Amino acid sequence: MQQNDNLIHLSNGQVLSRETIDGDIATINFGPTHPATHGIFQNILTVDGEKILTSEQTVGYIHRAFEKLAERRPYNQITPITDRLNYCSSPINNLGWHMTVEKLIKADIPKRVDYMRIIIMELARIADHLICNSIIGVDTGALTSFFYPFSEREKIYELYEEMCGARLTTNIGRIGGFEKDFTPVFHQKLKEFLKTFPKAFEEWNGMLERNRIFMDRTRHAGPIAADRALAYGFTGPNLRAAGVDYDVRVMHPYSSYEDFDFIIPVGVQGDTYDRFMVRQEEIRQSLRIIEQAYNNLPEGPFHADIPEFFLPEKKDVYNNMEALIYHFKIVMGETEVPVGEVYHSVEGGNGELGYYLISDGGRAPYRLQFRRPCFIYYQAYPEMISGANISDAVITLSSINVIAGELDA
Amino acid sequence: MTNNELLEVVQSVLGSDILGHEEQYDALIIEIAPKDVLRIVSTLKENEALSFNFLTLIGAVHYPEDLNRELCVVYHLHSWKNAIRLRVKAFLSIENPSIESLCSVFDGANWMERETYDFFGVRFENHPNLTRILNMDEMDYHPMLKQYALEDGTREDKDDRFFGR
Repeated sequence: MQQNDNLIHLSNGQVLSRETIDGDIATINFGPTHPATHGIFQNILTVDGEKILTSEQTVGYIHRAFEKLAERRPYNQITPITDRLNYCSSPINNLGWHMTVEKLIKADIPKRVDYMRIIIMELARIADHLICNSIIGVDTGALTSFFYPFSEREKIYELYEEMCGARLTTNIGRIGGFEKDFTPVFHQKLKEFLKTFPKAFEEWNGMLERNRIFMDRTRHAGPIAADRALAYGFTGPNLRAAGVDYDVRVMHPYSSYEDFDFIIPVGVQGDTYDRFMVRQEEIRQSLRIIEQAYNNLPEGPFHADIPEFFLPEKKDVYNNMEALIYHFKIVMGETEVPVGEVYHSVEGGNGELGYYLISDGGRAPYRLQFRRPCFIYYQAYPEMISGANISDAVITLSSINVIAGELDA
Repeated sequence: MTNNELLEVVQSVLGSDILGHEEQYDALIIEIAPKDVLRIVSTLKENEALSFNFLTLIGAVHYPEDLNRELCVVYHLHSWKNAIRLRVKAFLSIENPSIESLCSVFDGANWMERETYDFFGVRFENHPNLTRILNMDEMDYHPMLKQYALEDGTREDKDDRFFGR
């Protein structure tokens, strides 16, 4: 076949006539690809000047075989794996996993645990959205908006630290509840946070929300229509920004979310600005949920009565034969687990985070699959940036909240 | 809609296409023949009463003992109209793990199928770009299959017999 010099064949099968192109077509590697950045993404962009024609993604740079690892670990040792999925909101991943196991073993969870979990999960959602939205600020050129919320996120991390001793990869809670009740310091810090956060948040929000430059940069950047978003399996704030009010907390309430009054914000255009606005409103709603949960925190135990799964107190292990046996069985992964399969999902920081667990009764799951929301919606990225400028591709990437740990599992 | 009501509607729509069904915890699971997957999932999506409009997840499970049904491909569907989930399973033989791709019904199936191919070797026919996604291209095996043990086989201190498996 004779080569037609007048035609340009692109990697997605599209053919362009040379006359329609301004100059030459260039191929660039679009990052961030430095190991010190929080995640490595490679996008091979074909550009005509600054206009993006096609893009091809490479994922998997930090693949750590979580699903294979999980097939060799006892149930309580899988929690630290879930930390490393979406590490901007690890408590949601941890607690979602605990709830999956509790569903499998049909544990009866006290109301207080549900409410404590909701407080922790909504704090994690706030931290997640603060990071994502402040990074949109950075990528539009406003570094101040990145530094402001970090002092607030620090307070959330101190709350995690008070509960579990860790900040980023939290491994918070246990199957059945929490390792300890809210401590006096936690109460004091949470009250302080609830008092000071709204003002600090609105101050930061005022920097961006109606900022002319920010709006001009983010509106109409990387839009996706509702039907396309649905076809691509979008969930979470990205889907809601396109105008679909799907939220796991409302459609399949878990951990007593049905007790609380909150709204699901939705956008219209599905562009970067809408995604930003949806997350900002979700922060306010999360704060409302925390206030409701904290003010109505029921009395009761901080863990379920499941001695086969919940570690006994240390003093009992030394003084009580039964506690010692349970302690040994839990630590060695010798606990009896029912045979069966369950799917449980929670509303994670960036969408529906699901756990598909198949148990054959052994010490480790027979199969565990994570539904990682950003892995599923990141495939729409080439479509979202096709025809846009490179600078729009940057803010689109930061606004869809793709977290490399979750993307690559 | 409860699972029993769902099963009735699904049975009336699909009839003999359902090879088996069971309820596990809160979810209804149906088994179908692999050759019908594209037609059945499209029907489940298009049917007014069911409208399984959302593909939550595609995955696979390896059962090496189950002769000629070694690989199970699992489709998690979600009907937002009825707020109910359905799990559809199709069993394949490891000799010829081939099944129709769902990319024409759900665009999101693309990467989920690539991941399943990458880790289990399930070949999705008519997939636009069935290549590895998380593992490197040079890899010559599918790591989630059960014959590949996770840990170094030369280690003796972690014998499965001591851990109840």
